[in-house]
Amino acid sequence: MSGGVDSATAAARAVDAGHEVTGVHLALSANPSSYRTGARGCCTLEDARDARRAADVIGIPFYVWDMAERFHRDVVEDFVAEYAAGRTPNPCLRCNEKIKFAAVLGRALALGFDAVCTGHYARAGDGILRRAADPGKDQSYVLAVLTTEQLSHAMFPLGDTPKAEVRAEAARRGLAVADKPDSHDVCFIADGDTRGFLAGRLGQAPGRIVDASGAVLGEHQGAYAFTVGQRRGLRVGTPAGDGKPRYVLDIEPVTGTVTVGPAEGLDVAEITATRPVWTGCATPGQPVDCLVQLRAHGEVHACTAEVDGETVRIRLRRPARGVARGQAAVLYDGDTVLGSATISGTSAAHEPIRPGAGTVAGYPG
Amino acid sequence: MSSFSTDPVYLDHAATTPMRPEAIAAMTEELGRPGNPSSLHAAGRRARRVVEESREQLAEVFGARPSEVVFTSGGTEADNLAVKGLYWARRGGAGRRVLTTSVEHHAVLDSVRWLEEAQGAEPGWLAVGADGLVRPDALRAAIAQAPQQVAVASVMWANNEVGTVQPVSELAAVAHSYGVPFHTDAVQAAAQLPVDFAASGADALSVSGHKLGGPVGVGALILARGAAPVPVLHGGGQERDIRSGTLDTPAIRAFAVAAAACAGQRADEAERMAALRDELVRQVLAAVPGAVLNGPPPGPGRLPGNAHFSFPGCEGDALLMLLDANGIACSTGSACTAGVAEPSHVLLAMGADDSRARGSLRFSLGHTSTKRDVDALGLVIAEVVERARRAAAR
Repeated sequence: MSGGVDSATAAARAVDAGHEVTGVHLALSANPSSYRTGARGCCTLEDARDARRAADVIGIPFYVWDMAERFHRDVVEDFVAEYAAGRTPNPCLRCNEKIKFAAVLGRALALGFDAVCTGHYARAGDGILRRAADPGKDQSYVLAVLTTEQLSHAMFPLGDTPKAEVRAEAARRGLAVADKPDSHDVCFIADGDTRGFLAGRLGQAPGRIVDASGAVLGEHQGAYAFTVGQRRGLRVGTPAGDGKPRYVLDIEPVTGTVTVGPAEGLDVAEITATRPVWTGCATPGQPVDCLVQLRAHGEVHACTAEVDGETVRIRLRRPARGVARGQAAVLYDGDTVLGSATISGTSAAHEPIRPGAGTVAGYPG
Repeated sequence: MSSFSTDPVYLDHAATTPMRPEAIAAMTEELGRPGNPSSLHAAGRRARRVVEESREQLAEVFGARPSEVVFTSGGTEADNLAVKGLYWARRGGAGRRVLTTSVEHHAVLDSVRWLEEAQGAEPGWLAVGADGLVRPDALRAAIAQAPQQVAVASVMWANNEVGTVQPVSELAAVAHSYGVPFHTDAVQAAAQLPVDFAASGADALSVSGHKLGGPVGVGALILARGAAPVPVLHGGGQERDIRSGTLDTPAIRAFAVAAAACAGQRADEAERMAALRDELVRQVLAAVPGAVLNGPPPGPGRLPGNAHFSFPGCEGDALLMLLDANGIACSTGSACTAGVAEPSHVLLAMGADDSRARGSLRFSLGHTSTKRDVDALGLVIAEVVERARRAAAR
């Protein structure tokens, strides 16, 4: 129970469904006594109080579990390390993978609980994950990293409801958090200044900004401040020769070189991804025609996915832009998540893509 | 997890204990009668009389003169007033040293730490033994380093976590031999032991209403003549200018009634509680062979209602949660503002390592405790510890 309206309503629904529910607020901040109003920090005292009051209204026991150390190690430090390596991480995904459905779930199971229930907008059943009914709020993308085992102990009571209705329901249930605004920033960067946060931890790491030919266009103070597809904040003195806007095409972490170029340079035709997790089907033995989503709240792209050992090669029917290493590539068959893997490489469009001949293999009907 | 369908089992009397029916009755009666005890008219005088009669009653219970009793909002405020007030009252410039132990309640500890951080005080932390006991010669040695520099010494009468009873009279005598004011936090002790202010020799002594069956929100600092702390609260000048604020007549009356009731049955209660506590210890150690009883051996050196264990391989907050789910209330020790259980600072001061300090529980008995409470714990503790071990071993 984060202190937000979603987890509160989810807990209430779980009680109505007849489960024996215990509310747990995760203390994730390194400074648990911090008390911030306004900017939504991570698990502030105010949030803990909101969660506690919601538990009171719902009528369930309430505890605070200290996960600050593990959160710092598995989510915050990973976030910084990924940027240092020139990749773009998704910390919410990492938190689900390592904290909510690992550290918390593991502790819960050991203490005799059967499942972890959250306010995520997604649908899970029989170890399979599906998109939520509300496409604008769907969070299956950040949950797709969960294994079948983890999913079998997960409950998402809000998956079939639009957000507006959830708020209305919370109000009906007498939950004061019905009107509480959603958080959108990275939860451990309270002021929303990711660049400042990273600068504080990675320091000045000057490097060059170059174009595709290698010509030096300018300097930067830290490659971690950039992400593939970024247009703003490039601060390259002279405009491009063709007059078109420049975008970050690539980040090379060792030399700290940031390559920029025109929008077409962002076109990606093929993606390699590692550490795949398959839940909606068995590990495919043949190429699979499906859809892929390449960032949170991003659009889906038709593709063919092929497994090669520990790598998945995803060939897009049409080029996509803004594909960053470190993000998840989540494969869908309609609304059903087939699997998720971490983007490790991309290659540009060269020639027309042939549609794959394979079918969706081993998908349990 | 099994669940208890019977009434809840409360084993956290050290945190608070049920208010005595006679205290509730007295308070309820008084709540219906208006009157500010500082007012000069009839209504005020009537209320004032209740306050003064309560003051006399409490003075008698605690071996003090009525003029020595200063009402506060509770034990924490009494501790703050004593530590800060006596520090501030010492001659300015000289006297920056504050001597205390690291097993004190946070109301004393944090007051001392604040004086250090914000006021330039120089704390001296008296060592405690493995049983939590402070030796008078440790105080003597600490004072003797620079006696003129010691503003105040504070050692609690009995420890709220592991029950250690400190040699308060000897400690007070040592302090006085150097002219150092001595304060003792008797908040926990007052409910279970005979606390005689005059006999102790202390200059200041804190007591709290709700620990002995009175209401929350009222307590007292008992101050010897000559002890003149600088006030923490300024205002209307109540309590001889030492503690301003309208006196809570109903709560004060209930406090006095509770203290008298407690004192009246203390001897018998102490014996009864000690027997129950010893039975609790026996059952827990039998059910969990690896469990360790922390603090002094049961006897005159330990609060009769107090038991405190470390359960190797477990986290205290998992144990607490599992017992809570079984309807049994107890405590892990130090609370924390964020609601996250911290390792017991008392255990750490006694030399326990971090994991032992984290894997501890306190069980405390009170005037409503019965054998049923003890048996209920004995029935489930083995299974609870087993599960907590599994949770920690992941």
